[in-house]
Amino acid sequence: MEEQMLDLLEEICDDAVVREERDIDLFEEGLLDSMAAIELLVAIEENFGVEIAPTAVEREEMNTVNKIIEQVRVRM
Amino acid sequence: MLSFYTDPAFFIILAATAIPAVARGVFGRSLKGYGMAVSALFLVLLFAGSWEGTAFFALFVALGLTTTYVTLALFRRSHPHRIALYRVALAVMLVPLAAAKLSAVFDVNILGFIGISYLTFKAVQVLIEIRDGLIESITVPDYLYFLAFFPVFTSGPITRSRDFLAQARRTLPRPEYLELLSQGLLWLLRGIMYSFVLAPLGQWFMWFAPEAIGTASAAAFVLGQLAYGFGYGMFLFFDFAGYSAMAMGVGAIFGIEVPRNFDAPFRSIDIKDFWNRWHMTLSFWLRDFVFMRMTRSFMKHKVFKSRLTTACCAFVAEMALMGVWHGLTFDYLIYGLYHGCLLALCEVYQKKSKFYKAHKKDRWFKLVAWAITMVAIFFGFAIFSGQISTLLGL
Repeated sequence: MEEQMLDLLEEICDDAVVREERDIDLFEEGLLDSMAAIELLVAIEENFGVEIAPTAVEREEMNTVNKIIEQVRVRM
Repeated sequence: MLSFYTDPAFFIILAATAIPAVARGVFGRSLKGYGMAVSALFLVLLFAGSWEGTAFFALFVALGLTTTYVTLALFRRSHPHRIALYRVALAVMLVPLAAAKLSAVFDVNILGFIGISYLTFKAVQVLIEIRDGLIESITVPDYLYFLAFFPVFTSGPITRSRDFLAQARRTLPRPEYLELLSQGLLWLLRGIMYSFVLAPLGQWFMWFAPEAIGTASAAAFVLGQLAYGFGYGMFLFFDFAGYSAMAMGVGAIFGIEVPRNFDAPFRSIDIKDFWNRWHMTLSFWLRDFVFMRMTRSFMKHKVFKSRLTTACCAFVAEMALMGVWHGLTFDYLIYGLYHGCLLALCEVYQKKSKFYKAHKKDRWFKLVAWAITMVAIFFGFAIFSGQISTLLGL
């Protein structure tokens, strides 16, 4: 699951740095914006069957690779 | 019929009802029950003398309670048709607002009452978050308090039920209440200064300046129009930001930290930045419950090829909705479409332009971007006020 998630993030952020730097703030680094974030939510739903509503999680709880993986893991 | 935040009587009753609230807060007692009682009193005063308003408000609350508890039951029991029925509930909740806005075009009032525009946002938010599984239960008194909380009843800021109720249920210890109260009193003072000093000054300027400049030449006429537009923008900001600040202050007295509505909008350096600073509770509501859901649905069904096209279409649709929410008039619709197009243009430019990416952090670039943004937003205000359509003879 982790590997699949990293592939997804690499594709959406369009940068391999997400594999290495798992604790950087993706929004601050310009790797994610609100549109990419929605694309990510859709991709998570399609790949893992996990639905995360737009107001379910605060941005601070889903702004790094590790946090995103954790949010999906707890819902699986 | 008492006008909130304008009638002297409102402030007198507010001062009288605030004293017990402060006393309770200072002694670390719960403010919920008292806040409910005071909200009920203010709503009675607001609707007094208007049977029509009272009846339509009562009908709205009945619809809100019905749709909320039906939707809760549907999702609790995982009813096979819960999504379809939830959509019906959502549509039902939009009927009063749609009827009110539509009937206003013909100068009659069907189902409308003071505060309906803001109440609809709140009721709809509850339904959507039940569907999302974020709200699993809500008691009737809690639901009513959320809708009826008087400081934000007539014109926002738009509160969110989970945040509001978490605060309402919690009894603040004395130091925390004092902290909230002191901040709130500063907001209240700022709001009073904005609303009763600076807003009238803007209004005075917008009428006085064009008259003083005259219309002797074409240049004078243009200058006069610009002065009018500037004065109107100042009036609009100080009037609404002032009201919002007072609502935050009054909310704090009753133990609730009301979200802020304005964050220095005249410092925006692009139009997206502007909507993160102007009427924030409205634009964040639309972002969370319209824009994000629309784009998500577009992406799921692969309506558009690129992320960028998806964003642009969603911006225009979202802002058109924002426009007509103000009222079903030509000016408001154009205002919405105008901002939708600006947001779309801004998005395309920021995603595609190499020049932007290279220079966005430069001081001079920010200054130019700020100036362009200011012209764009003041032009928007001139559409909103009807100044542009009057000039064009529409």
